[in-house]
Amino acid sequence: MGALKKESEQKQSSSKFNKLLSNYKFQRNVFIISALLLPIIFYLGIRLLPTLYTFNIGFRDWNLLSAGPHPFIGLDNFIALFNDSVFIKSVVNTMIYIVLGVTGQLLFGMIVALLLHKINRFVGIFRVIYFIPYVTSIVAISWVFQWILMKNGVINDLLVMIGLSPQPFLNSPDQAIYLIIGAMIWQSIGFQMVLFLAGLENIPEMLYEAADIDGASGWQKFWKITVPLLNPTIVFSAVIGTINFIQISFTQVVNMSVNGAGGPLNSTTSVVVYIYQLAFNQFDLGMASAATVLLFLFILALTVFQLKVLTRKFDY
Amino acid sequence: MLKNWRALLYLCLVALILAACSDSEEGTEEEEGDVITLEYWQYAFDAKVDLMDELIEEFESENPGIKVEQTNFPYDQYNEQVAVQVPAGNGPDIINLFYGWVPMYVDSGYLQPLPQDAFPHEEIEDEFFPLVEATKLDGEYWTIPTAVRTLALLYNKDLFEEAGLDPDSPPETWDELEEYALELTKSDDSGRLEQSGLAWEPAQQGHHWLRDGLTIQNGGQVLSDDRREVVWGEGDAGLEAFKYWLSFPTDLNTSEVGFFTDDVTAFMTEKAAMNIDGSFRIGTLQKDAPDLNYGVAPMPGKDEKSTGASFWTNGITADVEGEKLDAAVKFLEFLTSKEVMEKWLDGTGELPAREDVAMQDKFTEDEIYGPFIESLPFANAHFFVDETKERDLVIDAADRVLLEGMSPEESFEILVEETQALFNEYWSER
Amino acid sequence: MKFGKSLPYIALIIGSIIMLFPFIWMLSTSFKAPMDIFSLDIIPKNPTIENYLTIFEESLFLRWFLNSLIIAVITTISVAFFDSLVGYIIAKFDFVGRGVLFLLILSTLMVPTEMLIIPWYLMSSELGWTNTFWGILFPGLMTGFGVFLMKQFMEQIPDDLLNAARVDGMSEFGIFFKVAIPQVWPALSALGIFTFLSNWNAFLWPLIVIESPKLRTLPVGLSFFSSGEAESQWHLIMTGAAISVIPLIIVFFILQKHIIKGITLTGMK
Repeated sequence: MGALKKESEQKQSSSKFNKLLSNYKFQRNVFIISALLLPIIFYLGIRLLPTLYTFNIGFRDWNLLSAGPHPFIGLDNFIALFNDSVFIKSVVNTMIYIVLGVTGQLLFGMIVALLLHKINRFVGIFRVIYFIPYVTSIVAISWVFQWILMKNGVINDLLVMIGLSPQPFLNSPDQAIYLIIGAMIWQSIGFQMVLFLAGLENIPEMLYEAADIDGASGWQKFWKITVPLLNPTIVFSAVIGTINFIQISFTQVVNMSVNGAGGPLNSTTSVVVYIYQLAFNQFDLGMASAATVLLFLFILALTVFQLKVLTRKFDY
Repeated sequence: MLKNWRALLYLCLVALILAACSDSEEGTEEEEGDVITLEYWQYAFDAKVDLMDELIEEFESENPGIKVEQTNFPYDQYNEQVAVQVPAGNGPDIINLFYGWVPMYVDSGYLQPLPQDAFPHEEIEDEFFPLVEATKLDGEYWTIPTAVRTLALLYNKDLFEEAGLDPDSPPETWDELEEYALELTKSDDSGRLEQSGLAWEPAQQGHHWLRDGLTIQNGGQVLSDDRREVVWGEGDAGLEAFKYWLSFPTDLNTSEVGFFTDDVTAFMTEKAAMNIDGSFRIGTLQKDAPDLNYGVAPMPGKDEKSTGASFWTNGITADVEGEKLDAAVKFLEFLTSKEVMEKWLDGTGELPAREDVAMQDKFTEDEIYGPFIESLPFANAHFFVDETKERDLVIDAADRVLLEGMSPEESFEILVEETQALFNEYWSER
Repeated sequence: MKFGKSLPYIALIIGSIIMLFPFIWMLSTSFKAPMDIFSLDIIPKNPTIENYLTIFEESLFLRWFLNSLIIAVITTISVAFFDSLVGYIIAKFDFVGRGVLFLLILSTLMVPTEMLIIPWYLMSSELGWTNTFWGILFPGLMTGFGVFLMKQFMEQIPDDLLNAARVDGMSEFGIFFKVAIPQVWPALSALGIFTFLSNWNAFLWPLIVIESPKLRTLPVGLSFFSSGEAESQWHLIMTGAAISVIPLIIVFFILQKHIIKGITLTGMK
């Protein structure tokens, strides 16, 4: 145990060293305990307890407006969920959001970060430009997208100009979800860019210098140095990107879909939108909490899977 | 550089501490003694909030023992705000609700019925417009409004003239509305609308227009008299109204969902020549589009006269009792008095809920509000068991026809069935 | 060769147009009168600052701005400190329950905030935290996001570096501050930027927990006069968004240099 190397323990066995070691162990434990005390209180009290509170509601018949009683009803809420075609639709949509959206934002975020890493003039300006969408109010920018994409919007003007027929875009059950994903990627490129920039910055320059001496090509350097050393960032970005995407899909969908509720014909609704509507429009907190439990289990499984599959140990 | 940062940080901390202190002082300013404090909640709408502040001041000076505190939340998060407080046992004593939400609030036991000695049923039914019955449930009135709003036809006079139509004779019948809409529509070479004859958004007022306007005008009914059965599909009246409603974006091609983002914005920017909209829009139009040359006309009708109505209404929450209840009743009586209603129309543009106040000549002859007020006697307010879901069902019914090419007959049948399912669910739990 | 060098610039410029267009449109709309919002000029024909005046006059703008700033600064400091500390310990120390602790912290990200506001409100109301700054900021004092981010970066610090400091007799807190933190500076500044942003933009919880207009944060305050019943005043929404985004762009412009200027690695050979 401990960060100190085993070999050094064996080599030196003088009592002085043992004293030092036990002193160190004591110091180390004091450090760990004192440093973790507040965070553990915080996570248990402010995060875990409320989560358990919500999970408990998932097994009850709980109308949000009524003061009680809220009887325990077992799995009824869960059964009701699986019988609701809108819920199933929202699950399928959420998968589409994750698969396309997360891949898209990782890819574009990495490309932008690599390009920015390559140039040496106007870097600051470009960084700010690519970051701007991430900072901008989703509500405001969604309206701009609606305007760009409407039948009389600029995109359709372009299509008509080159002789194509105008498209319904957000008004079409087949196209809307992809446009919303596009807007979400547009908005999160800046976020991924910052992460990847930080990751690239952490790669010691001398590794590249050493590779240059060995005569490695740019491509080789990318695959042999950049990608392996960027692995912790990629893992982080994929996991956080997924979680964020599920959460922000709420604001984007509510503001960009034609009826403000995941339309047309529920083609853009996501699980979080579904949960929100159940809880605060229908006041069915029980069913909303049940859906939260399922969403939680789903993300948890996905995260563990991502951590297992993506994390690679490399020898530097 | 680093030092500057630290200085800034310290400044912020100092500011925070100062701010925190000053606010905790405010918080402790509680009044002792026999003063009863009422919490009143309404959604944030500048005109209403300002007027309410004035009214509260007036009420407090007339009733020295009672203090009223007004709290506001944005419309979009209003229900959420109310709901979050329930598990904590907090919340208002008197709450201003959209009438369509009231059945859900009653269902969950959030409200108490209005005391009959202060608000006798005969008096309400004699003096108020009959549409307030939308919040009469289980033989009790649960809420009472100060004001109501109706839907009417807003039309752009300049665009009328441009199309060679007389701006002083707006369409009065279904057929005329079609003709006018056609005249007022412009399309470009690619077949895209450039100007819509009639703005058409099911998600906005469109669904109200279909239920409370078109269906009833055509001699149909959405609900049975006991409000348990959805009789929309009985006979042809409902289906015919549905088809007529859909003809604007389909056969006539005068309208389009999402045209210039939404109907209000399209009408305000002169992209849409006509719109079915509520009296509550007038204030916005006056403020944001002072140069818009528009007129108001009663909703074009058919066999029967009818228009949609809606209202925000005041209820007392379930836990209020004793002296507090007496005070709450007093405040409600004040809010529904004739004087307040007149002030309400001047201040917010919402129409008086009492018939004798509304039907005064000075109001009915008003160029802008007149047509809305004239429509009040035949206005209907649909009984919603779940406003959001019922709205979504109408939107979906339209989308099935517009986007998936389903026949209106089939789509309407699904609409009726699904609406009935909502009502069954609601009534089965009572 | 020359073309090869300018290629990244060309790609970045094309990308910039796509990134900036909606934003510029938003800015442009904020200078238009409500009736002109659909005119296709990027530079408004009849520019007006009426929208800005409306917002400044009818709101407690300065107060809300200050509230947002205070809350964002405090949460950012707290998150930067605690998250990097916890991330460091999880990455560099072996102790019982380490894996469980990490998964527990990570799992806090998996419940939508919308569903936590009810228990949070209940708690705040019991403890008298409603309508206070503390009420707004307590849920954001530490984040699973930051712990995870810092753990990923702390793991890359060579153990030898830390042990060398231990042999020199440095205290554990000293090692954390003086040895570990400088190594992960780029990640820490990224975390700072994200935390500041998300707290600056936070909407739902600050709205729920605050009743007094004086204590509103900027996004909460601005939401009050831009959306009405079944309508939205787009010119004001655009203006509000423009007003609240500009400080963020400035903060980012200052901090982004630190992502690059990570303190040069010490002691690694």
